[in-house]
Amino acid sequence: MTVFILRRLMQSFVVLFIMSLLVFVGVYAIGDPVEIFISPEADQIERERAIAALGLDKPLWAQYVYFLQGALSGDLGRSFRFSIPALELIMQRLPATLELTVAAMILSLAIGLPAGIYAGFRPESRLSKVIMAGSIFGFSLPSFWVGLMLILVFAVELGWLPSTGRGEVGTILGVTTSFATVSGIQHLILPALNLSFFNMALITRLTRAGVRENMLMDYVKYARAKGLGMRRVMFVHVFKNILIPIVTVVGIQMGQVLAFAVVTEQIFAWPGMGKLIIDSISNLDRPVIVAYLLVVVIMFIVINLVVDVLYSVLDPRVRLQDMKG
Amino acid sequence: MTEPTLSVTDLRTWFDTRVGMLKAVDGVSFAVDKGRILGLVGESGSGKSVTGFSIMGLVDPPGRIAGGSIRFNGRELVGLPDEEMRALRGSRIAMIFQDPMMTLNPVLRVETQMTEAIFAHEKVTEAEAKRRARDALGQVGIPSPEERLKAYPHQFSGGMRQRVAIAIALLNKPDLIIADEPTTALDVTIQGQILYEVQKLCRQTGTALIWITHDLSVVASLADEICVMYAGRMVEQGSVDDVLDRPMHHYTLGLIGSVPSRHRKGQPLVQIPGVMPSLLKLPGGCSFRLRCTRADAACTEEPPETSPAPGRKLRCFHPATAVPA
Amino acid sequence: MATLAKEAADAAKAEGEAPWRRLVNDFCRSPLAVFGLVVFLIVVLVAVFASQISPQNPYDLNQLDIMDSRQPPGERSADGYVFWLGSDGQGRDMLSAIFYGLRISLAVGVSSAVIALALGTTIGLMAAYFGGRVDTLLMRAVDIKLSFPSILIALIIVAVLGSGVWKIVLALVVVQWALYARTVRGSALVERRKEYVEAARCLALSHSRIVFRHILPNCLPPLIVVGTVQVANSIALEATLSFLGIGLPITEPSLGLLIANGFEYMLSGQYWISVFPGVALLITIVSINLVGDQLRDILNPRLQK
Repeated sequence: MTVFILRRLMQSFVVLFIMSLLVFVGVYAIGDPVEIFISPEADQIERERAIAALGLDKPLWAQYVYFLQGALSGDLGRSFRFSIPALELIMQRLPATLELTVAAMILSLAIGLPAGIYAGFRPESRLSKVIMAGSIFGFSLPSFWVGLMLILVFAVELGWLPSTGRGEVGTILGVTTSFATVSGIQHLILPALNLSFFNMALITRLTRAGVRENMLMDYVKYARAKGLGMRRVMFVHVFKNILIPIVTVVGIQMGQVLAFAVVTEQIFAWPGMGKLIIDSISNLDRPVIVAYLLVVVIMFIVINLVVDVLYSVLDPRVRLQDMKG
Repeated sequence: MTEPTLSVTDLRTWFDTRVGMLKAVDGVSFAVDKGRILGLVGESGSGKSVTGFSIMGLVDPPGRIAGGSIRFNGRELVGLPDEEMRALRGSRIAMIFQDPMMTLNPVLRVETQMTEAIFAHEKVTEAEAKRRARDALGQVGIPSPEERLKAYPHQFSGGMRQRVAIAIALLNKPDLIIADEPTTALDVTIQGQILYEVQKLCRQTGTALIWITHDLSVVASLADEICVMYAGRMVEQGSVDDVLDRPMHHYTLGLIGSVPSRHRKGQPLVQIPGVMPSLLKLPGGCSFRLRCTRADAACTEEPPETSPAPGRKLRCFHPATAVPA
Repeated sequence: MATLAKEAADAAKAEGEAPWRRLVNDFCRSPLAVFGLVVFLIVVLVAVFASQISPQNPYDLNQLDIMDSRQPPGERSADGYVFWLGSDGQGRDMLSAIFYGLRISLAVGVSSAVIALALGTTIGLMAAYFGGRVDTLLMRAVDIKLSFPSILIALIIVAVLGSGVWKIVLALVVVQWALYARTVRGSALVERRKEYVEAARCLALSHSRIVFRHILPNCLPPLIVVGTVQVANSIALEATLSFLGIGLPITEPSLGLLIANGFEYMLSGQYWISVFPGVALLITIVSINLVGDQLRDILNPRLQK
């Protein structure tokens, strides 16, 4: 187990190294680093000082070493707009995004799993057909459009829920979160619902396919032959088997949701790092962009690692040592 | 005279498919007494497995029991409410499936899969259920049962898995066990061990047994009675000695001829010409007539069930009387 | 029992038909898919003839009158013609804007899907045909690409290159190629092992001839399915980027940008500026997906029971 995790960590560092190289090439070689890292409002003296400080007068490989040194010590440059270190800015916004992501994931599981189990168990029933038709919409409707409709219906027409910003936050177990206050939860509902829509459809379809496939397996018939009730067959035997692909997908989707939070945050003016990156792109606040990319890559790597470990816990047939990783 | 443990009369199990009514079982009758073993013999597709599932009440749509009666300990099973049928399954009637690789749930411990079969029928303590599971494993000859309970199915060999399945069948001391080709997937030596042990257990406990197989040699060494099926119909029935020594149906004759034997070394094996017709395109009359050397105009009529000798049943207009060479 | 069901199905399939005819027949079995196809064709026609059928040229600022801004649907303009779907903040007729926007959205979506298809197919075929190191290298690249969400990659590219029509097309191509590459490689690997490829090699045919004339045609069914769905996806992604304000330039608004423009008015109840372009986008995407769904069902050999 430890060996496996260590090996995966090593691989992760390789991926991270490659990503840093790509980001570096993108920013330093393709783009103009002077333009990227030095505020357009800076005067000539500041500009030259900054060029020297960033080592831009040195050869490319030396620049990369500089960049890497900075990155390793957490220094990814300062935001032009906010004049604070880019990394610090990202970290300030991270909790709001994480909260939104987790809420969306929980929501999509809480609705997608039961819907998928039902649709897989009774594929011919009318409700199943409605569920499946709904899931097609969940797949094909662009997320920003769904967000607009949610605002139009629940905020503008019905006036039930707020449509912009994050509500009051409180602390639960030392974590600052929207879940602690009523206003926080109210503000969270629409964005989370919006962000969960695609995954809800995905989980519904995946669960349904898994249930249908597993229901045909011999072990299901055998479990019934033992006199088990349908409930136990479904929720213990079948469920434990479909859980494996679902956990994998949830893990992979975690990253997707994190990325798509960009859209949701923009629509609902949610103060997370997704909104920050869009604002930064519009304002050419490039140090923030670079910091964002590296942080997201690291999060991706961590998520993939967690999924692999979970996978091996759930499926007794998979031994971590045997995995090629 | 006491009633047999199970008596099946004129059972019809049909599948309503898109392309027509598929009569998988069409008029099968037999009975099994306490402590006796019935061999249900036929090629794949002859309806023998469907017969087994019909008794268990595990025929899934589009299949249904279209007619006939299944009496178990004097109680009619056809049309029994689901919950009552469930209560019988695994407790009074147990089933062992063909492929032990597929029937045990890969993600649940053997212990879970054993004790749940007890909890489904009785209120006992966890410790009591575990003790019974351990005893059952010991009974079927699994070494160090205590440890093996904690294992997952993939940690067992095929033969051991089938023993686990047999142990599960024995857990609730059933009155009837239906074994659906349980040794087909196993090595010959292991097959022999399992046959021996099953026979012993049935004699000891007085459990009635239906052994479904395509292998006449297995039936010859195990069963008391034999029922030969062809294309969904019973074609010949009687005691093992009578049927194997003096077969009357030409299909049985062909089956016996196609078993390699030491006494006929060097001689070509007798083959039954042709293949079993699709159940959707059965010829009218005797369904074997297209492959039968003795078929004539009379065979275009459905042969009625006759009783040519005490304890024997037959469906053929031209019974063979010759002993096979 | 599984064998019984299979037997039944085989019997049903036994009547031989020409493959294309069968495909058309299979496709038409779903009325929903036929409906989707008809709707999509209408959308394409509207997009192609946008300048002929639009009541107004939405790019011609001279035709716009600020007095006409934010008229609800059905209202008459100062010049006396009807805004069937209302007008936007600059007095632009929404119907015309949607027709023109549809043209841009479709053009960007289709062209990026086609370029990505060509690129991805070539890469996938090369990986499958040459195998070994080439395969490992290309497929590792595909894996890395696919482990990152498309929106993120598009964001990176736009962040580095800036926005503009061709940059968006480029971003969409980069987002999509890997999916085609993997799809093609999968089926090409299966084909490569078949005897006819061996035979073609024995005839000393050139690599490119074997790959493109012999292997490629056999990989087409999954490609068609993926391609169809990807057109819808790239249209949606372009709309998303434009909605976020980092996509197509404001001078030639695509549907996404039209929706974004109406967003601020929506909160005050002037829904039509956002909603109608949105509906046009949905009709396009959903109709393509309906067609794609049915294509998947009839072209997937695993589902042909």
